[in-house]
Amino acid sequence: MSMDLSEFLDVFLEECFEGLEAMESGLLHLDEGTDLEEINTIFRAAHSIKGGSAAFGFDHISNFTHVMETLLDELRNGSRQVDKNIVDLLLASVDILREMVEGLKTDETPDEARVAELKKKLEMALADSGASSDPESETPPESDAPSKDQDQAEAASWHIRFIPGPDLFRDGNDPVRIFEALAELGSLRVRTDAANLPSLSELDPATCHLHWEATLEGAVTEEQIRETFSWVEGDCQLEISQTEAAPEAQSDKATVTETTAEPAAPAPAEKSAAPAAKPAKTSPNRESGSIRVSIEKVDLLINLVGELVITQSMLNQAGLNQAQGGGASAEALLNGLAQLERNTRELQENMLQLRMLPINVAFNRFPRLVRDLCNKMGKKVDLVLTGEQTEVDKTVLEKIGDPLVHLVRNSLDHGLETPEVRAAAGKPEQGRLELSAQHESGNIVIRIIDDGAGLNREKILQKAIENGLVSDKDELSEERIDNLIFQPGFSTADKVSDLSGRGVGMDVVKRNINDLGGTVSIHSRQGEGSTVMIRLPLTLAILDGQLASIGEDTYILPLISIVESLQIRSENLNSVAGSSELYRFRDEYIPIIRLNSLLGNSGGIENLEQGLLVVVEAEGQHAGLFVDRLQGQQQVVIKSLETNFQQLEGVSGATILGDGQVALILDIPGLVHLFHKTRNQMRVPALAAAS
Amino acid sequence: MNSNAAQKIDVDLQSEQGVDQYLTFCLAGEEYGINILKVQEIRGWSEVTPMPNTPDSILGVINLRGTVVPIVELRSHFNLPDAPRGPTTVIIVVKAEEKNGNQRTMGMVVDAVSEVHNIASTDMQPAPQVGDAEDQPAIAGLATMDEHMIIILDVDDLMINRVLGLADEEPTTQK
Repeated sequence: MSMDLSEFLDVFLEECFEGLEAMESGLLHLDEGTDLEEINTIFRAAHSIKGGSAAFGFDHISNFTHVMETLLDELRNGSRQVDKNIVDLLLASVDILREMVEGLKTDETPDEARVAELKKKLEMALADSGASSDPESETPPESDAPSKDQDQAEAASWHIRFIPGPDLFRDGNDPVRIFEALAELGSLRVRTDAANLPSLSELDPATCHLHWEATLEGAVTEEQIRETFSWVEGDCQLEISQTEAAPEAQSDKATVTETTAEPAAPAPAEKSAAPAAKPAKTSPNRESGSIRVSIEKVDLLINLVGELVITQSMLNQAGLNQAQGGGASAEALLNGLAQLERNTRELQENMLQLRMLPINVAFNRFPRLVRDLCNKMGKKVDLVLTGEQTEVDKTVLEKIGDPLVHLVRNSLDHGLETPEVRAAAGKPEQGRLELSAQHESGNIVIRIIDDGAGLNREKILQKAIENGLVSDKDELSEERIDNLIFQPGFSTADKVSDLSGRGVGMDVVKRNINDLGGTVSIHSRQGEGSTVMIRLPLTLAILDGQLASIGEDTYILPLISIVESLQIRSENLNSVAGSSELYRFRDEYIPIIRLNSLLGNSGGIENLEQGLLVVVEAEGQHAGLFVDRLQGQQQVVIKSLETNFQQLEGVSGATILGDGQVALILDIPGLVHLFHKTRNQMRVPALAAAS
Repeated sequence: MNSNAAQKIDVDLQSEQGVDQYLTFCLAGEEYGINILKVQEIRGWSEVTPMPNTPDSILGVINLRGTVVPIVELRSHFNLPDAPRGPTTVIIVVKAEEKNGNQRTMGMVVDAVSEVHNIASTDMQPAPQVGDAEDQPAIAGLATMDEHMIIILDVDDLMINRVLGLADEEPTTQK
């Protein structure tokens, strides 16, 4: 009876997490009003977790889920009303359940005392109503197969009636194993007869009160069936009878739909399909619409397509040279190359689509978070999510979660006011927090909009002056003041409550977002609320780059950091203390960073007026990068330097150009940092000499 | 000597017990050897893309069929005098393995590759201690072939610890 279930374990775990998420979001919807469909969804999720965990022998999970399921069943059949306490209780159960499932991954056992406590609470809630209308047995997962199954009997070839003695469990026999073994023989459908169950108070979970009726379809002899029951044969009543064989097609259809209802059956059924080349009986294509593929496989394909794109552009260049002679063959070559280019580009675009997931995945934790925080703070907030289906790369999605949580907490904590304050300000008591996502010119833009108090500019300015970020003489625009909160070293620690007392400031949020190649800004209106806008690239695998030449080398500047590129005019050039070069850009003096010297490039134009200045923005500051000239803009595939070498300051990666050469992708904030560092190193000895 | 070499190359790569095959190459008149199982391929010289703020011995990176591979100038790393690139100058692409099993593909520029030798571990002598252990260039041992001394390098130690400086503190000059 040794079955290798380990290969299904990963699938099971993933399904569990999905189920838990479905339960959580369903429960949160219940808050807003009872919806039978919603309850059914939750119930189904709980049911399949219970069934799956029983099949894998995770009894602590199946037992716990069972109690939840019983409670849910009462909600479903209307014998109990949904109220906030129950929802809270169920949400807490979902959390515990998630811990238990996560524990399976890491082989940790969750805190049993907490599990037991919660289980007790659930059981108390159950007992409370006195309406335990449908007590179910503790162990077998099949216990609540819909009774309407019976009318399928004529489609079966074998009918098995299994009435075990009361000591079945005590003897160490598990009916689940027997039915798993049966399911290996053919398509199995099991119905549990719980008619003999005593009431819950008299129930001894170790005694078997259940009967089972099963129908089995397949090329099976009575002998084989009896064999699976051989361990229990002496201690049970077993009736096996043959019913007339059903038409193949019809029975097929019937089993597929039925097996999905039976949690324990699908896994073995799938397993049997491969080795025993039986008639096309088991075709468990339950999710015809999608398949599960590991992310490594997708990444490998994306890499390969990246190579293909490079090869294609190399071919293109070679082809153009080749075709200069003209003639019919040259034209055919050019046509072919054009076609190849189109196809590879489409292939690449579609390939990158594979990694895209709806932003929903990052958003769906917020209803719960907002609900919990509001309860804690006594605030009333209506959370509105829009554009949840906007797709974004999986890596971006994984990394944006924490900054978003931070921003949402911030809005709840500092932005939105308590109902009393709101009422006094003439606003509706319930605040509004909107999370929206949308695509804008190759980027994803996420907005966090609240209608709270807005930022307190005076306080921010005062704080910034205290911390020496700005001087009190500076004339700052309102927007500039608002965005000071993202500056490193700016901490509102003295007014942070315990709720958002997380020890990290908004500068961490900004840095995380910058690391993803994105930008963040805040816009606030006093008394009306504030809007945080995050702009992120859709994917981390490719980057919109501006090719720039310095000497003989080509570098890539991320297009997102570039503000403007301009020809240098000598009247705008200034120097400070004879060394630092500044350029008057609009109303601002920005430092000129000579990339050739910073990057140790021996070539490159020295005369400023002959080259170009690329004005970039890094950490809220402008700087001018001096380059020889600009080439085209193109999407480049990002290659890590760390894989084979190590990270370099000022360089975020490398890419391969159409001619096969490697070009470095510059990291603008890193470059600016590097520039200031080398400046300081030069200045220190000078200062020492002066003093 | 050439026919000798040809014969030796024919020997099955699955060498006998305790005997390993070593690829030897020339560097400023000295002969070095590395375990052939570490060698991924040998490429002709091609232009590299320089990288900012790296030691002089790191020439830059090349595109090896879509992988960005750093190139080390071994002469410069061993403080040997510079030499112009000749027709025999090649890049030996090796796979260096970190202690944690992580593999890095890196290239090293040498004057010329010479041959493949079978060297039994018993024929290898430990390198004599000359100067500080820190300065020892990752020598696994010395072997003698046809009256020549071959300096056997430990590729992992050389690339990971010396070139990339990823090592933990203790020097592993001798194996």
